[in-house]
Amino acid sequence: MSNVDLDCKGLNCPMPIVKISRAMKELQTGVTLTVTASDPSFKADVEAWVRKMNQKLLSFNDVDGVQTAIIEKVS
Amino acid sequence: MSDNITVSQSELIALVNQLVDQKVNARLADVEASLQAIQGTVGTLSENCPEDRATLVVFSGEMDTLFAAFTIAVGAASMGMEVSMFFTFWGLTALRKDKTFSGKTVGEQMVAMMLPNGPHAVPTSRMNMAGMGPLFFKYLMAQRNIESLPNMIALAKELGIKMVACEMSMGVMGVTRAELLDDIDYGGVATYLGDAAKSKITLFV
Repeated sequence: MSNVDLDCKGLNCPMPIVKISRAMKELQTGVTLTVTASDPSFKADVEAWVRKMNQKLLSFNDVDGVQTAIIEKVS
Repeated sequence: MSDNITVSQSELIALVNQLVDQKVNARLADVEASLQAIQGTVGTLSENCPEDRATLVVFSGEMDTLFAAFTIAVGAASMGMEVSMFFTFWGLTALRKDKTFSGKTVGEQMVAMMLPNGPHAVPTSRMNMAGMGPLFFKYLMAQRNIESLPNMIALAKELGIKMVACEMSMGVMGVTRAELLDDIDYGGVATYLGDAAKSKITLFV
Protein backbone atom coordinates (compact mmCIF):
# COMPACT_ATOMS: atom_id res chain seq x y z
CA MET A 1 0.00 0.00 0.00
CA SER A 2 1.52 3.35 -0.98
CA ASN A 3 1.67 6.27 1.39
CA VAL A 4 2.02 10.05 1.24
CA ASP A 5 3.41 12.08 4.16
CA LEU A 6 1.99 15.42 5.27
CA ASP A 7 3.73 17.61 7.82
CA CYS A 8 1.34 19.86 9.76
CA LYS A 9 3.61 20.47 12.74
CA GLY A 10 3.42 24.06 13.97
CA LEU A 11 0.11 24.67 12.22
CA ASN A 12 -2.99 25.69 14.14
CA CYS A 13 -6.69 25.07 13.70
CA PRO A 14 -8.11 25.02 11.02
CA MET A 15 -4.96 24.60 8.90
CA PRO A 16 -4.32 20.88 9.53
CA ILE A 17 -7.75 19.88 8.20
CA VAL A 18 -7.41 22.34 5.30
CA LYS A 19 -4.15 20.61 4.34
CA ILE A 20 -5.54 17.10 4.91
CA SER A 21 -8.55 17.89 2.77
CA ARG A 22 -6.32 19.16 -0.06
CA ALA A 23 -3.90 16.25 0.18
CA MET A 24 -6.64 13.62 0.25
CA LYS A 25 -8.19 15.04 -2.93
CA GLU A 26 -5.00 14.20 -4.79
CA LEU A 27 -4.84 10.60 -3.55
CA GLN A 28 -6.12 7.46 -5.23
CA THR A 29 -8.41 5.13 -3.26
CA GLY A 30 -6.41 2.75 -1.07
CA VAL A 31 -3.48 5.14 -0.58
CA THR A 32 -2.69 6.27 2.97
CA LEU A 33 -1.84 9.73 4.22
CA THR A 34 0.45 9.98 7.25
CA VAL A 35 -0.09 13.31 8.98
CA THR A 36 2.11 14.67 11.75
CA ALA A 37 0.79 17.59 13.78
CA SER A 38 1.29 19.50 17.01
CA ASP A 39 -2.04 21.36 17.20
CA PRO A 40 -3.66 20.43 20.56
CA SER A 41 -7.07 19.98 18.90
CA PHE A 42 -5.65 17.74 16.18
CA LYS A 43 -6.92 14.41 17.57
CA ALA A 44 -10.52 15.58 17.94
CA ASP A 45 -10.40 17.38 14.60
CA VAL A 46 -8.90 14.58 12.55
CA GLU A 47 -11.38 12.10 14.03
CA ALA A 48 -14.29 14.40 13.18
CA TRP A 49 -12.90 15.01 9.70
CA VAL A 50 -12.55 11.31 8.96
CA ARG A 51 -16.09 10.59 10.20
CA LYS A 52 -17.61 13.42 8.16
CA MET A 53 -15.68 12.60 5.00
CA ASN A 54 -16.25 8.81 5.24
CA GLN A 55 -12.54 8.03 5.29
CA LYS A 56 -10.71 5.59 7.55
CA LEU A 57 -8.40 6.45 10.45
CA LEU A 58 -6.01 3.49 10.58
CA SER A 59 -4.00 4.67 13.58
CA PHE A 60 -3.36 7.62 15.84
CA ASN A 61 -0.54 8.09 18.27
CA ASP A 62 0.92 10.87 20.32
CA VAL A 63 4.58 10.89 21.31
CA ASP A 64 5.41 13.90 23.50
CA GLY A 65 2.96 16.17 21.68
CA VAL A 66 3.94 15.08 18.17
CA GLN A 67 0.80 13.41 16.93
CA THR A 68 0.71 11.05 13.98
CA ALA A 69 -2.47 10.02 12.22
CA ILE A 70 -2.65 7.54 9.38
CA ILE A 71 -5.68 8.01 7.20
CA GLU A 72 -6.68 5.66 4.40
CA LYS A 73 -8.56 7.03 1.44
CA VAL A 74 -11.50 4.67 1.12
CA SER A 75 -13.84 6.78 -1.00
CA MET B 1 -83.65 -23.45 -20.71
CA SER B 2 -80.01 -23.11 -19.98
CA ASP B 3 -79.15 -23.26 -23.66
CA ASN B 4 -80.83 -20.09 -24.86
CA ILE B 5 -77.39 -18.35 -25.09
CA THR B 6 -74.80 -20.13 -27.16
CA VAL B 7 -71.26 -18.86 -27.27
CA SER B 8 -68.49 -20.27 -29.37
CA GLN B 9 -65.16 -21.00 -27.73
CA SER B 10 -63.35 -18.23 -29.57
CA GLU B 11 -66.01 -15.70 -28.55
CA LEU B 12 -65.66 -16.84 -24.96
CA ILE B 13 -61.91 -16.37 -25.06
CA ALA B 14 -62.32 -12.91 -26.55
CA LEU B 15 -64.83 -12.00 -23.86
CA VAL B 16 -62.61 -13.23 -21.06
CA ASN B 17 -59.63 -11.35 -22.49
CA GLN B 18 -61.67 -8.20 -22.72
CA LEU B 19 -62.81 -8.52 -19.10
CA VAL B 20 -59.27 -9.20 -17.92
CA ASP B 21 -57.98 -6.17 -19.85
CA GLN B 22 -60.64 -3.97 -18.31
CA LYS B 23 -59.80 -5.09 -14.78
CA VAL B 24 -56.05 -4.85 -15.27
CA ASN B 25 -56.30 -1.38 -16.83
CA ALA B 26 -58.45 -0.16 -13.95
CA ARG B 27 -55.90 -1.46 -11.41
CA LEU B 28 -52.98 -0.03 -13.40
CA ALA B 29 -54.63 3.38 -13.46
CA ASP B 30 -54.84 3.27 -9.65
CA VAL B 31 -51.20 2.24 -9.34
CA GLU B 32 -50.10 4.93 -11.78
CA ALA B 33 -52.04 7.57 -9.90
CA SER B 34 -50.47 6.64 -6.56
CA LEU B 35 -47.03 6.42 -8.18
CA GLN B 36 -47.46 9.96 -9.47
CA ALA B 37 -48.53 11.14 -6.02
CA ILE B 38 -45.43 9.51 -4.49
CA GLN B 39 -43.14 11.05 -7.12
CA GLY B 40 -44.63 14.45 -6.31
CA THR B 41 -44.02 13.99 -2.59
CA VAL B 42 -40.45 12.78 -3.12
CA GLY B 43 -39.81 15.79 -5.35
CA THR B 44 -41.11 18.20 -2.72
CA LEU B 45 -39.11 16.45 0.01
CA SER B 46 -35.82 16.54 -1.87
CA GLU B 47 -36.50 20.16 -2.78
CA ASN B 48 -36.77 21.03 0.93
CA CYS B 49 -34.12 18.65 2.23
CA PRO B 50 -30.99 20.35 3.54
CA GLU B 51 -27.85 19.72 1.52
CA ASP B 52 -24.27 19.45 2.72
CA ARG B 53 -24.01 23.21 2.95
CA ALA B 54 -23.17 25.87 5.54
CA THR B 55 -24.30 29.47 5.40
CA LEU B 56 -22.95 32.31 7.53
CA VAL B 57 -24.21 35.83 8.02
CA VAL B 58 -21.25 38.05 8.83
CA PHE B 59 -22.67 41.12 10.53
CA SER B 60 -19.83 42.18 12.80
CA GLY B 61 -16.57 43.65 11.61
CA GLU B 62 -13.95 43.07 14.27
CA MET B 63 -10.75 41.10 13.99
CA ASP B 64 -11.81 38.40 16.46
CA THR B 65 -15.39 37.95 15.23
CA LEU B 66 -14.31 37.91 11.58
CA PHE B 67 -11.56 35.46 12.43
CA ALA B 68 -14.12 33.12 14.03
CA ALA B 69 -16.41 33.41 11.01
CA PHE B 70 -13.63 32.66 8.51
CA THR B 71 -12.24 29.79 10.61
CA ILE B 72 -15.64 28.09 10.60
CA ALA B 73 -16.16 28.79 6.90
CA VAL B 74 -12.73 27.46 5.91
CA GLY B 75 -13.19 24.43 8.19
CA ALA B 76 -16.61 23.65 6.68
CA ALA B 77 -15.18 23.91 3.15
CA SER B 78 -12.41 21.52 4.18
CA MET B 79 -15.03 19.08 5.44
CA GLY B 80 -16.53 18.91 1.98
CA MET B 81 -19.34 21.40 2.53
CA GLU B 82 -20.46 24.06 0.12
CA VAL B 83 -20.14 27.35 2.01
CA SER B 84 -21.78 30.75 1.49
CA MET B 85 -21.00 33.86 3.52
CA PHE B 86 -23.28 36.91 3.51
CA PHE B 87 -21.66 40.16 4.51
CA THR B 88 -23.84 42.87 5.88
CA PHE B 89 -23.24 46.18 7.73
CA TRP B 90 -19.95 46.05 9.68
CA GLY B 91 -19.13 42.70 8.13
CA LEU B 92 -18.62 44.40 4.75
CA THR B 93 -15.23 45.54 6.03
CA ALA B 94 -13.95 42.00 5.48
CA LEU B 95 -14.47 42.44 1.73
CA ARG B 96 -13.12 45.96 1.50
CA LYS B 97 -10.01 46.43 -0.60
CA ASP B 98 -10.19 50.17 -1.11
CA LYS B 99 -11.76 53.32 0.23
CA THR B 100 -13.02 56.13 -1.97
CA PHE B 101 -14.52 59.51 -1.13
CA SER B 102 -15.21 60.98 -4.55
CA GLY B 103 -18.77 60.83 -5.81
CA LYS B 104 -20.18 60.26 -2.32
CA THR B 105 -22.56 62.39 -0.28
CA VAL B 106 -21.24 64.11 2.84
CA GLY B 107 -22.92 61.47 5.01
CA GLU B 108 -21.36 58.63 3.02
CA GLN B 109 -17.97 60.32 3.17
CA MET B 110 -18.28 60.53 6.96
CA VAL B 111 -19.11 56.82 7.20
CA ALA B 112 -16.21 56.00 4.86
CA MET B 113 -13.89 58.05 7.05
CA MET B 114 -14.95 56.22 10.22
CA LEU B 115 -14.91 52.69 8.82
CA PRO B 116 -11.69 50.64 8.84
CA ASN B 117 -9.82 50.52 5.53
CA GLY B 118 -10.10 46.77 5.28
CA PRO B 119 -9.63 43.49 7.15
CA HIS B 120 -6.01 44.38 7.94
CA ALA B 121 -7.16 47.45 9.89
CA VAL B 122 -10.11 46.20 11.93
CA PRO B 123 -10.39 46.74 15.68
CA THR B 124 -10.90 43.96 18.23
CA SER B 125 -14.34 43.57 19.87
CA ARG B 126 -12.76 43.68 23.36
CA MET B 127 -9.53 45.18 24.59
CA ASN B 128 -9.24 47.41 21.54
CA MET B 129 -7.44 50.07 23.65
CA ALA B 130 -7.57 52.75 20.94
CA GLY B 131 -5.98 50.47 18.36
CA MET B 132 -3.33 48.89 20.58
CA GLY B 133 -5.42 45.71 21.01
CA PRO B 134 -5.26 44.60 17.37
CA LEU B 135 -1.49 45.17 17.26
CA PHE B 136 -1.10 43.13 20.43
CA PHE B 137 -3.29 40.31 19.13
CA LYS B 138 -1.53 40.29 15.75
CA TYR B 139 1.74 39.91 17.62
CA LEU B 140 0.36 37.06 19.78
CA MET B 141 -1.11 35.30 16.76
CA ALA B 142 2.10 35.60 14.74
CA GLN B 143 4.02 34.22 17.70
CA ARG B 144 1.78 31.16 17.75
CA ASN B 145 1.97 30.81 13.96
CA ILE B 146 -1.77 31.47 13.54
CA GLU B 147 -2.93 32.67 10.13
CA SER B 148 -3.71 36.38 9.85
CA LEU B 149 -7.24 37.52 9.02
CA PRO B 150 -6.31 38.67 5.48
CA ASN B 151 -4.72 35.25 4.86
CA MET B 152 -7.87 33.49 6.07
CA ILE B 153 -9.98 35.60 3.70
CA ALA B 154 -7.66 34.76 0.80
CA LEU B 155 -7.85 31.07 1.77
CA ALA B 156 -11.66 31.22 1.87
CA LYS B 157 -11.65 32.61 -1.70
CA GLU B 158 -9.19 29.96 -2.81
CA LEU B 159 -11.41 27.20 -1.39
CA GLY B 160 -14.31 28.47 -3.48
CA ILE B 161 -16.40 29.86 -0.64
CA LYS B 162 -19.20 31.98 -2.04
CA MET B 163 -19.08 35.52 -0.68
CA VAL B 164 -22.10 37.73 -1.05
CA ALA B 165 -22.20 41.43 -0.17
CA CYS B 166 -25.54 42.78 1.01
CA GLU B 167 -26.57 45.54 -1.40
CA MET B 168 -28.91 47.15 1.10
CA SER B 169 -26.24 47.74 3.74
CA MET B 170 -23.81 48.84 1.03
CA GLY B 171 -26.39 51.46 0.09
CA VAL B 172 -26.83 52.64 3.68
CA MET B 173 -23.09 52.91 4.26
CA GLY B 174 -22.31 54.29 0.83
CA VAL B 175 -19.99 51.40 0.02
CA THR B 176 -19.51 50.93 -3.73
CA ARG B 177 -18.68 47.75 -5.62
CA ALA B 178 -15.35 49.29 -6.65
CA GLU B 179 -14.32 49.37 -2.97
CA LEU B 180 -14.93 45.65 -2.45
CA LEU B 181 -13.00 42.58 -3.58
CA ASP B 182 -13.36 41.47 -7.19
CA ASP B 183 -15.36 38.34 -8.11
CA ILE B 184 -17.74 38.40 -5.19
CA ASP B 185 -21.52 38.11 -5.47
CA TYR B 186 -24.13 40.68 -4.57
CA GLY B 187 -27.55 40.01 -3.17
CA GLY B 188 -30.25 40.63 -0.64
CA VAL B 189 -32.04 38.80 2.13
CA ALA B 190 -33.70 36.36 -0.27
CA THR B 191 -30.27 35.32 -1.56
CA TYR B 192 -29.25 34.49 2.00
CA LEU B 193 -32.53 32.76 2.88
CA GLY B 194 -32.48 30.74 -0.34
CA ASP B 195 -29.06 29.36 0.59
CA ALA B 196 -29.82 29.05 4.32
CA ALA B 197 -32.98 27.04 3.64
CA LYS B 198 -30.82 24.44 1.87
CA SER B 199 -28.09 24.40 4.54
CA LYS B 200 -27.56 22.08 7.48
CA ILE B 201 -25.72 24.82 9.31
CA THR B 202 -26.45 28.51 9.37
CA LEU B 203 -24.75 30.98 11.68
CA PHE B 204 -24.97 34.66 12.47
CA VAL B 205 -21.64 36.16 13.45
